[in-house]
Amino acid sequence: MEVSTLPISASHRGKLISSGYTSLSSLSSVSPSRLAQDLKISENEAVEILKVVSRRSGSEKIENGNHAIMNGAQTAWDMLHEEESSVCITTSCSDLDVILGGGIHCKEVTEIGGVPGIGKTQLGIQLAVNVQIPSGYGGLGGKAIYIDTEGSFMVERALQIAEACAQDMLEYDNLLRKDSQACRVIKQPKAFLENIFYFRVCTYTEQIAVINYLEKFISEQKDVKVVIVDSITFHFRQDFEDMALRTRLLGGMALKLMKLAKQFKLAVVLLNQVTTKYKEGSFQLTLALGDSWSHASTNRIILHWNGDERYAYLDKSPSLQSASAPYAVTGKGIRNAAPNCKRVKLM
Amino acid sequence: MANKLISEMGLPRSMANVFIARNIVTAKALSLLEQRNQNEYLAGHLPTRLKGLDAALFGGIPFGVVTELVGPAGIGKTQFCLKLALLASLPTSYGGLGGRVIYVDVESKFSSKRMIEMGLSSFPEIFHMEGLAQEMAGRILVLQPASLSEFTESLQHIKVSLLQHNVKLLIIDSMAALASGEYGLAPPKHHPLGWHISFIKSLAECYRIPVVVTNQVRSQSRDEASRYLFQEQSRAETIEDPPNFNSHLVAALGIHWAHAVTIRLVLEFRSGQRVIKIAKSSISPSMGFCFNITSSGVSLLDDEGVEMMGPEANTISWEGHIGIINYE
Repeated sequence: MEVSTLPISASHRGKLISSGYTSLSSLSSVSPSRLAQDLKISENEAVEILKVVSRRSGSEKIENGNHAIMNGAQTAWDMLHEEESSVCITTSCSDLDVILGGGIHCKEVTEIGGVPGIGKTQLGIQLAVNVQIPSGYGGLGGKAIYIDTEGSFMVERALQIAEACAQDMLEYDNLLRKDSQACRVIKQPKAFLENIFYFRVCTYTEQIAVINYLEKFISEQKDVKVVIVDSITFHFRQDFEDMALRTRLLGGMALKLMKLAKQFKLAVVLLNQVTTKYKEGSFQLTLALGDSWSHASTNRIILHWNGDERYAYLDKSPSLQSASAPYAVTGKGIRNAAPNCKRVKLM
Repeated sequence: MANKLISEMGLPRSMANVFIARNIVTAKALSLLEQRNQNEYLAGHLPTRLKGLDAALFGGIPFGVVTELVGPAGIGKTQFCLKLALLASLPTSYGGLGGRVIYVDVESKFSSKRMIEMGLSSFPEIFHMEGLAQEMAGRILVLQPASLSEFTESLQHIKVSLLQHNVKLLIIDSMAALASGEYGLAPPKHHPLGWHISFIKSLAECYRIPVVVTNQVRSQSRDEASRYLFQEQSRAETIEDPPNFNSHLVAALGIHWAHAVTIRLVLEFRSGQRVIKIAKSSISPSMGFCFNITSSGVSLLDDEGVEMMGPEANTISWEGHIGIINYE
């Protein structure tokens, strides 16, 4: 008990404890007259006791600095340093990286949606491979968790993308780092696969259970830097009679994922599907799961067709402008679109 | 997979979550690959014997996922399915899967005679052997459910028999016909086949078999959504797709189904030629191949194929119907 460590007389200490004042915080908000009444001592003695208490907690206040103002708060200045020094996960397409401000940011939830066949799973697998790029090459050197709700993860494709990534790193070595032989980390493509933790969930209860379990899993694994959920929508689009329940479940899931992102400083990527919505006299394409879900993510990217090319549109971001960039899905994964097409356009 | 059984037990959600959380089995992607290469016959693919298509699909129709065939009537979807059923029932020594096939025939299009004809034409030496044709035809189980509820019931039976009877392929021809009768009753938010989609996918994955489903087409209506809100706002910069309602069709069953299938093969007529295109696949590029229907099933005219650009692979064109299927 903290009170027992205060430098006051033993009789006063005994009276404090028997009256129920066992911790410093309970003494911090009581007035001297009230304390005198409770302990049956003179008011002067009560004032003395409170002075001792404030001196003790005062010294602690100085140690903690700003935290005493509000527990858990951080100043914007500290956050600025953190934001500037955070490394992003590259998407392997430089145009896309540019509009995203470097790539997929850690500590944030990014939602990526699009029509079937546009490349959402491809982007998910590419990120799961790219997160493992060692820091010597500008990556995070972390592991990936891939939660597959639809069964669209194909191992052969992941191996293909990993081989292309290893090939790119080798070329980078040959071009730019001829001198530093010692820093060469030759990564085998199969080693990439070893660092992707794959969960397959078949119902929405399993999906919620896995997301609840992730906290424990990640604190044991320690190196996970990206959690990809492909797709977040699938199990929630069918057989839900009670829409209110669905909204509650989705909200709870969104909060948990945001907490995971902040707590473990990793990136959460949610792949979403599309649906049609009747608005202003016509049908429009929009991301699934409704309006309340659209608040759940920090960033939102919509993948769409524009003529013959695939484009990514940054729809929502707290710090970046809306912009559009072309990309291509090749045998090696996500790459820049062919050079003769339009470049990055700001909206 | 223990996870699935627990969720089917009907426990209150909180309890189910606890059980599931304890039992979660995760796999490293590497072990998935190794498992597949070592244990599975033909590394997890059912070859279609169409060289170009098999090469583009990295071996053939993959195990463990749902493959969809979509196209207008008379293009050859059922022919393709019959051929696949035949290939799967061939003994492993001849390159088949050597197992049973469950063929769910909703529109009563299954023709044993045609299948035997395909067999005689493509594998004459095998089929002329004593009793082999009977053995293989005996391995193909045909179900003909008359309604969606009957189909739902038979799915449960299928699940039980998948393991017991060594079933290696499940074909559903066609999914759209099942749904077409039910749309009027269900409220618009519910997809009538929602549960079925999940169930079929879980069957495919749990038992690591290929599942092939056929789908119909319908014409594109005026209200068809093709743009996002931000595309409307910046109309000057987006390339307009020429609205061509006469010759464009869309796959039936909606966008939820389109998301749910893993591989989508689109069959269409184009300038009088039949073309099969890989419209959605996470491992193959969008390629199209011209094909014909022959006595031995389906055969490609050209194994090289044509690369499809953009969303062309997903559109289904309908340019004149060739009256008779040409048998060579």
